[in-house]
Amino acid sequence: MKRRTEWLTSLPTLVWLSLFVVIPTLLVFAIAFRPATPYGGVGSGWTLETVRSLATPSYLAIAWRTLWMSLLTTALCLVLALPAGYTIARAAARWRNRLLMLVIIPFWTSFLVRVFAWKSLLHPEGPVKRALEALGLVGPGATLLYHPATVVLVMVYTFLPFTILPIYAAAEKFDFRLVEAARDLGARPFQSFRKVFLPGIRRGVVTAVLVVFIPALGSYIIPDLVGGPSGEMLGNKIAQRVFSDRNLPHASALSAVLVLAVLAPLIGVLALQKKGRKSDIVIGEAP
Amino acid sequence: MSNEFLEFRGVSKRFGPIQAVDGVSLGIKKGEFFSLLGPSGCGKTTMLRLAAGFEAPDDGRVFLDSRDITGLPPDKRKVNTIFQSYALFPHLTVRDNIGFGLTIARRPRADIRAEVDRMLELIRMTDQAGKKPDQLSGGQKQRVAVARALVNKPDVLLLDEPLAALDLKLRQKMLVELDLIHDEVGITFLYVTHDQAEAMSLSDRIAVMSGGRIEQIGAPAEIYESPRTSFVAAFIGDTNFLEGRVGECLDRDYCRLDIAGLPGILCFNDKVLQPGQPIYLSIRPEKVHISHDRPEENAHRNVLAGAVEDVIYLGANTKYWVRAGGYRIQVLRQHDRYFLDEKPLRWKDPCWVWWHADDGFMLDHFRKADEGLLAVPPQSVGEPINGK
Repeated sequence: MKRRTEWLTSLPTLVWLSLFVVIPTLLVFAIAFRPATPYGGVGSGWTLETVRSLATPSYLAIAWRTLWMSLLTTALCLVLALPAGYTIARAAARWRNRLLMLVIIPFWTSFLVRVFAWKSLLHPEGPVKRALEALGLVGPGATLLYHPATVVLVMVYTFLPFTILPIYAAAEKFDFRLVEAARDLGARPFQSFRKVFLPGIRRGVVTAVLVVFIPALGSYIIPDLVGGPSGEMLGNKIAQRVFSDRNLPHASALSAVLVLAVLAPLIGVLALQKKGRKSDIVIGEAP
Repeated sequence: MSNEFLEFRGVSKRFGPIQAVDGVSLGIKKGEFFSLLGPSGCGKTTMLRLAAGFEAPDDGRVFLDSRDITGLPPDKRKVNTIFQSYALFPHLTVRDNIGFGLTIARRPRADIRAEVDRMLELIRMTDQAGKKPDQLSGGQKQRVAVARALVNKPDVLLLDEPLAALDLKLRQKMLVELDLIHDEVGITFLYVTHDQAEAMSLSDRIAVMSGGRIEQIGAPAEIYESPRTSFVAAFIGDTNFLEGRVGECLDRDYCRLDIAGLPGILCFNDKVLQPGQPIYLSIRPEKVHISHDRPEENAHRNVLAGAVEDVIYLGANTKYWVRAGGYRIQVLRQHDRYFLDEKPLRWKDPCWVWWHADDGFMLDHFRKADEGLLAVPPQSVGEPINGK
């Protein structure tokens, strides 16, 4: 009886997800094995040609770049968000909301506008470049735009609030008396942070990693606007295959690779969390 | 050089508008079981946090073994704390919780294992070593917290109301256990509690605190038998307060007091007061006797005629409130003989109450508000007192 109710209540979600997520994804996977037609359509019959053509050095280089740029973005976001989340959670109640407000304010402006703002900030005639030149830190010929580092910078900027919020949420529930206990037992401030605070907010950290790493892998607009050819990521290649080459099977094959790359860490994390839950079970609790 | 092991010298701490600790000086001897006793908000926990290093005093210094530790962070002090909430690390097993301090101190693995095993044995939890804190009962958590602190062999163990979260039966059991542990390890204990029974049964000495100051320091019996302030008298146990003036001094030891509505009360004059000085007297209810018939006269006996106003039978003893003059005198009568054979004292019965002159104790300080601490405030029941 209970099972049937559960099924009924989850039915709308299941239908929605099947129609708009599962079926389109499967279609993308299927199209990857179809031949392309010269007019940008999808031919009949099946072929492994497209999938094979992905294993070229140029693609591998881009896939690798996409991966390390996403990893670096995630790492930098965590490094910045951990102290931020900690500070906000420990701040006095009246300051906490103001600080959170500051984190959220950028969302009031369109994402596209903010990326364009970076573009004009870092422009060769822009204020940042001028300032650095005046300080003698860069030569007049240097370019701040169109570099992988620029892409990482703007990605960190974009994803930082998404990292701070889950970490703050976890830190806010964290019992800071545990940090006092660790200090009391001889731990220096950083040791108590690493050995007690970090394990205490690990759920928040895992969420933050997923929320940054997965969208970072699929980035398209940021590398397109500030990346240039040397800052291109997989998302840009997919767009080029669709809009310039009009080769849908090729674009689908690339998308499929990206979907698999995203699913792998997700499944890994879910497995880890399941394992974690098992060891958390309280003896005597109803099964 | 003082022989105090843990010493507070003129320590003050303010939190915003609240003066939590107000110029406290206090010395604790090595190996002593010392309690800070007082109601919530009296500053006792702040004192403990000052000793642990979680708070820095606004004024004054803290010394440990003659060394000034006022500016040292908690991790540099050889003191460990048992928190009221236990603060066990939820992500670590019992074994790793106990071994935390040793791991931080980078002791060799084999050492840590051996020390933790010894502690597990001391708290009789060897078979629970692999469990996480949320799989433990309250009493078990408490014991792990004790072991986690003791394994580091601190100079002083700080205990912040460690039994407050336990139910009554368990609290009594842990009380005995803490006492045994103290005897066994011989470490100095600084114990913070609001529970007078805990403090009385465990401590070598007690400091009673109120409003950020120390009211009195002494052995449990001293504190109970000779309270110096109305706060101590009312907070620890129950008492009767009488207010009057010194009438005449009879000899070097005794004086007679003028108390409104009562005949001249004889009192031991340990403060060597002069006639005319105002005085407040505290008399413990169990020191006051009660009977139907007038007791024999005795040179050192204060005898009052009164009427029973309230009777509460408690099994081992009975509480009476007797109206005598302007006062409601509380009497606690121990039943040392078969109670049903007695002719009972009932409501409105005329009766006699008396106590020995030595059992009325003169207070140094009296605050009217402290009467509110008594189990039944003196004027809360029955008709109002008429005038003076």
